[in-house]
Amino acid sequence: MNSSLIREFEDSLGTASVLYRPEDLLLYEYDGSVEKGRPDLVVFPTTREQVSHIAKLAAKHHLPIVGWGAGAGLSGGALARTGGVMLVFARMNCILELDVANQRAVVQPGVVNYELTCAAEPHGLYFAPDPSSWKSCTIGGNVAENAGGPHTLAYGVTTNHVTALELVLPDGEIVRVGSKQGDAPGYDLTGLFVGSEGTLALVTEITVKLARKPEALKTLLAVFDTVDDGAETVVDITVRAITPSACEMLDGWTLRAVEDYIHAGFPMDSAAVLLIEVEGLTETVGAQAAAIIEACNAHHAREVRVARDNAERELLWKGRKNAFGALGRLAPSNYVLDGVIPRSKLRQALRRIQKVGEQYGFQIGNIFHAGDGNLHPIVLFDPRDKKQFERALQAAAEIIRYCVEVGGALTGEHGIGMEKSELMPLLFSDADFDLMRRVHDAFNPDSSLNPGKIFPLSRGCGEIRVHSQSSTAPLRP
Amino acid sequence: MMNGSSSLAARLESALGPTQMVSDAAICANYAVDEMIPSAVAKPSSPEEIAELVRFAAREKLAVIPSGARTKLRIGMTPARYDIALDMSALNKIVHYDPGDLTLGVDAGTPIAKLNATLFEHQQFLPLLVPWYSLTTIGGTIASGIDSPLRQFYGTARDFLIGAEFVDGTGKLCKSGGRVVKNVTGHDLHKLLIGSLGTLAVIARLNFRTFPAPLVGSRGFVASFPNAEGALALRRAVAQSSLTPLTFDIVGPALAQIFASRTPATPETGVFADENRNTNPSSLQPVGDWFRPHEWQLCAAFAGTPEVLDRYARDLRRLATESCAASVAFLDEATRPAVWGRLRETLSLLLEFSPDATVFKISVLPSQYGALFASLRQIADQAGLPHALVARGGGTIYFTLLPGSANDETTRRVAQAATQIFQLISAADGDATLVFAPPALKASADIRGSSRSDIALMRKLKSAFDPQDILVPGRFT
Repeated sequence: MNSSLIREFEDSLGTASVLYRPEDLLLYEYDGSVEKGRPDLVVFPTTREQVSHIAKLAAKHHLPIVGWGAGAGLSGGALARTGGVMLVFARMNCILELDVANQRAVVQPGVVNYELTCAAEPHGLYFAPDPSSWKSCTIGGNVAENAGGPHTLAYGVTTNHVTALELVLPDGEIVRVGSKQGDAPGYDLTGLFVGSEGTLALVTEITVKLARKPEALKTLLAVFDTVDDGAETVVDITVRAITPSACEMLDGWTLRAVEDYIHAGFPMDSAAVLLIEVEGLTETVGAQAAAIIEACNAHHAREVRVARDNAERELLWKGRKNAFGALGRLAPSNYVLDGVIPRSKLRQALRRIQKVGEQYGFQIGNIFHAGDGNLHPIVLFDPRDKKQFERALQAAAEIIRYCVEVGGALTGEHGIGMEKSELMPLLFSDADFDLMRRVHDAFNPDSSLNPGKIFPLSRGCGEIRVHSQSSTAPLRP
Repeated sequence: MMNGSSSLAARLESALGPTQMVSDAAICANYAVDEMIPSAVAKPSSPEEIAELVRFAAREKLAVIPSGARTKLRIGMTPARYDIALDMSALNKIVHYDPGDLTLGVDAGTPIAKLNATLFEHQQFLPLLVPWYSLTTIGGTIASGIDSPLRQFYGTARDFLIGAEFVDGTGKLCKSGGRVVKNVTGHDLHKLLIGSLGTLAVIARLNFRTFPAPLVGSRGFVASFPNAEGALALRRAVAQSSLTPLTFDIVGPALAQIFASRTPATPETGVFADENRNTNPSSLQPVGDWFRPHEWQLCAAFAGTPEVLDRYARDLRRLATESCAASVAFLDEATRPAVWGRLRETLSLLLEFSPDATVFKISVLPSQYGALFASLRQIADQAGLPHALVARGGGTIYFTLLPGSANDETTRRVAQAATQIFQLISAADGDATLVFAPPALKASADIRGSSRSDIALMRKLKSAFDPQDILVPGRFT
């Protein structure tokens, strides 16, 4: 990027708020996915006015812009696919208001998910969406991706908890949508913008609902000798009309890797465990836990353990939430999928994943949100081995195709980003893309905002490519 | 703009093939919207037929208004044009239902009562306890954005509508979302359909997540208070407790009087599983003498095991006593529908009571209730207009002006009160819209009161979906 352009940004933001040296940009070219994309300039706005100003400057110079929270995303959503200006929201990290009486918080996009829960906790409240990366990911990123997490089974994903947004459009205009209460009249613009992966507007302020902490909570660990039994238990719990707040599954191979690293207390010789949580009134929790134990036993659970105290509960959850980190010890890189299937198809899906793994020569682990059918098969591979990497992507695409075949979706919570854009035609027709494109263009007419995301680049080629071009670029270390 | 009706019908018939078509004046009159009568009525029997019809309308620049049971066609501004009524009642099948996954796909013209009857066979239901329940279609419910007392626990349609198929203004059959409960694949266009009043697209099919119906039996709780303060104190106390009632509404004295003296004309069908044993539509029983007209009532429904029901009874009784309730009543499965049937039918009851009823939907934070109740009452009293109020636990108020007769003088007084109500709510940072109002009033007032800053974005969306402005033109100004 030429120096006069850099100076223009520095003049309006200060030199401490602009990065442009290659060694600095390097840190912003990857996220949690297997994708890459390097921005030409990274800026750190502190106010909505600065965000608006940056948008205007970028528009003047025809530069793409992309928002960045913590880079914890798993689909390349925040990567600068075509270069340009990256807006990092790290310095817009204030909780502007905690309205305890009405259970609302107003936050800037750079507030870390977990920090909001910490701030609300003394009032008996918390922010319900809890992605595994909750200790680093930002609420702005959660909004862009419509993030989920284990406890969304009972409480819903990010969009169910956002009532209003302040937006900066690509031309720099500042607009507010929604309302603090949540029932704003007219079209549900808030619902459209949440999960739009930063392709329609930049978000500079977010109003969220805060949930009340339950008075009672029980965490159960059910241990199974076969994956089938674990899967059937999940289906049975759903059929029995029990709604746990979380219902997570770890298969045997994954839990052994996790146990080696975290020592959460998962039995090393089991084929699968379910980590199930129930919350609510003391009376409700007791009855639900009993019903869940009954369901587990009906499907030959070897053991159902109830966490005795908070320490044991936190250890079990540490095992779940840090699992991806544990797997990082086994291979140079891993590819986490995010397909969704109807919950009634869980057993078949896990068998299919196993078969695909055998076919392509990978051990594919499963650690996922079983209760809402959101699979996270993990393919371990060495990115330095190009052929192996290609095979990993092919295996992944085959699993995703299977999800679609049985009535599912490409992604449950990670987003399409640049990772899955080429798979979109598996679900959507030309007419669907046409309308999505018209809606996109109504807000982002020049595609200057987060270009190259969601929509397939290869559309019209008549063939679905498995991965985008940049996927073959060297991966992160 | 209006074409000659006979030639239009002839052209429609020749253009549309199998779609059922009527241009008989008496039949067309049944589809009147705010006294506007269409030239033809089309009754498509497949999504493809809708698409064909909309393509024809787009070519000929004819205004189309879709309708289901025609119970809520008065909502919104008076349309600018109206050529073809699209009667959706022939599209009334359940397309897919996976009880094990708790997901459902259904044609837009399906009556909610029919749909819930199918779900009840598997002890499931869709928590849309909306007015005109025994008549209304699922498409009309979504397009009108009407809410239900059950939103207290289950949220609104945006929380459980997971996908849709619809025909945009260019006549293309599009889809968004999918059939699974967790999904971030593509833009959430289906959310925009909620409350869109048919202005963006013609809804063909809707996908929902379903919920376990309260199995063990649900109970009702009614506490009466001589003034609003007591009811509000109890609302606060319950909101801050661990209790999570299914419904939670404050009924003002005038509405309580209507509940006590009237029975809805709409035939009654059960809503919860336990009420549905009686499949023959009948009338609601009168409310018992424990329901105290002229007083403020707080009504809460709850469900669960006997232990849970005991806990609710104990806590609610204690909190009601602490809030100085004048009386407390607990209702069982037999007596509960008398109140809850009327709560659900509040809007239909009010419009039967006074066909010129002017109903405002007001969204504010619940902590503002006390001051706003007093101001609303003052405005209505000053205008010499009877009024009725129901306030949901989460910040939604339906406030109704009930003029005894319709003449220029009362219209003037209602218009004046409307202006004051819009100002009041705007000053409280809330939103007020006119849901139902006589056409004469709508001719002189914007149903949204003051314009919001996001109206320009909504107009852009409307143009993206319906570039020729043929879908219910003028509903959104």
